[in-house]
Amino acid sequence: MELYTAMRHFADSWGLLAMTLFFIGVLVFTLRPGAKAAADEAAQIPLKED
Amino acid sequence: MNHVSETICLAIGTFLALLGAAYAHDSLFAAHMWVLFFVLLISTTVMLRRVSFAPNGAVGKASPQSEYFDEVVKYGTIATVFWGVVGFLVGLVIALQLAFPGLNIEPWFNFGRMRPLHTSAVIFAFGGNALIATSFYVVQRTSRARLFGGDLAWFVFWGYQLFIVMAATGYLLGITQSREYAEPEWYVDLWLTVVWVAYLAVFLGTILKRKEPHIYVANWFYLGFIVTIAMLHVVNNLAVPASFLGVKSYSAFSGVQDALTQWWYGHNAVGFFLTAGFLGMMYYFIPKQVNRPVYSYRLSIIHFWALIFMYIWAGPHHLHYTALPDWAQTLGMVFSVMLWMPSWGGMINGLMTLSGAWDKIRTDPIVRMMVMAVAFYGMATFEGPMMSVKAVNSLSHYTDWTIGHVHSGALGWNGLITFGAVYYMVPKLWKRERLYSVRMVNWHFWLATLGIVVYAAVMWVAGVQQGLMWREYDNQGFLVYSFAETVAAMFPYYVLRAVGGGMYLAGALIMAFNITMTILGYQRKEASIGGSLTTPALQAAE
Repeated sequence: MELYTAMRHFADSWGLLAMTLFFIGVLVFTLRPGAKAAADEAAQIPLKED
Repeated sequence: MNHVSETICLAIGTFLALLGAAYAHDSLFAAHMWVLFFVLLISTTVMLRRVSFAPNGAVGKASPQSEYFDEVVKYGTIATVFWGVVGFLVGLVIALQLAFPGLNIEPWFNFGRMRPLHTSAVIFAFGGNALIATSFYVVQRTSRARLFGGDLAWFVFWGYQLFIVMAATGYLLGITQSREYAEPEWYVDLWLTVVWVAYLAVFLGTILKRKEPHIYVANWFYLGFIVTIAMLHVVNNLAVPASFLGVKSYSAFSGVQDALTQWWYGHNAVGFFLTAGFLGMMYYFIPKQVNRPVYSYRLSIIHFWALIFMYIWAGPHHLHYTALPDWAQTLGMVFSVMLWMPSWGGMINGLMTLSGAWDKIRTDPIVRMMVMAVAFYGMATFEGPMMSVKAVNSLSHYTDWTIGHVHSGALGWNGLITFGAVYYMVPKLWKRERLYSVRMVNWHFWLATLGIVVYAAVMWVAGVQQGLMWREYDNQGFLVYSFAETVAAMFPYYVLRAVGGGMYLAGALIMAFNITMTILGYQRKEASIGGSLTTPALQAAE
């Protein structure tokens, strides 16, 4: 039960914080101003050839 | 081509199956090993007949490395159509069994054994083959690289078919570990693990050797699906076999932890098998069919990460008002409600891909099918979070409303997007100018859509009535209805449900005919749809 308790406390403290920060990081990275051109280029990948 | 080592492996496998049958701990295991023996024996015979005794150099490579490896995709497409028809047919049979209990044929074909056969046939056989085939198709084209691993892709395909056959025959024999959507016993689970690792190797290897610098978003979804399903499958099926050559195993978990493990698996099978994987299809085949890039690529990236981060927590909503701790129930409910955002973001992204090309809904039945699929994705992912709210769940849980919800997602979203992808891929794979008949696609579209509408509407009414009857008290505090009365009240709905399912099956049969004729190289003489030129609409993706 000790292991369970330790993991449980880790999950709803540092684990939760780490995942939240990662997710916010993804949002910021995706929406950063410079990403638009790269995204538009990536969107064309399926249409390039067959 | 010579496949000496493969043939030897099959022969050894056949012999081991025979040994398994001979030394089986129980009669069910022996029966299952006999099934395996005959399947492998036939496979070995087929392989032996294909061995060529020409000198090694003369055999040569059939396909050069520069081309896409599409032969396995062709097989996968045919398997998708075949298992689809089988799965829908079994679904119709069990719908009729509920309405007319006399159709339960003991012991092999009663509802209890046919129901997992139906769910596994549609989810894993139809959906799984569709996912494997389309992922192999998409990853090669968006990476501009041939599939990694050579014949390993063949192992994935045939190994997966063997898993399906072993699972299906096991259910009919009465072999089950009673975990929803994970009914196969330990030895079949181990086999699927091997196949799945090979699938991951083929897919990831192709991505690693890609010539396109960026990994297209559809591949992110496919990879998320493959990795998460591997994790879910292994953890959910952790079990100790009671004997080395017997069917029985015991779960590594007990009590409510076992229940939560099952629904952590069960709901993420929905989230990652039936959602993430099929979203991979959406993000490739809709842009191809309408010949436009996805509406917002950045939204698709956020869609991916939000889906991955939120879906994994939603499972406890299957265990409202049970022994599961309250905080876990609330956690499941909150994350389910939050899932509204990525789901609808993705739905809008899929639909808006058509902006500027909305006329294609009128002129191209394949686009119509894909748009209806995305619309059902939106509807089912609206209904699901709503049903996960505890107050709603207290009415809807254990009723046929749940069945209706599942089918609007499965038939509407998974079914229609798969049909659209199959209709798109088949002329390309077999290098046909167009499908045998575009008008038959239209028939399929309407039969499928009306079938789903009948099915879902009937199940809503049935479910709400059931829920209300179960909780109806009289003024002295007694339940008004006995359980048998609530069952009897369902009869008209069950008959109508079978009608809806029958329409859906009829549409699938039309598709099977249409696809077969296309593969055989026929073209039906017919007028084009909606005043447009049929051929450009179909070839628009070129």
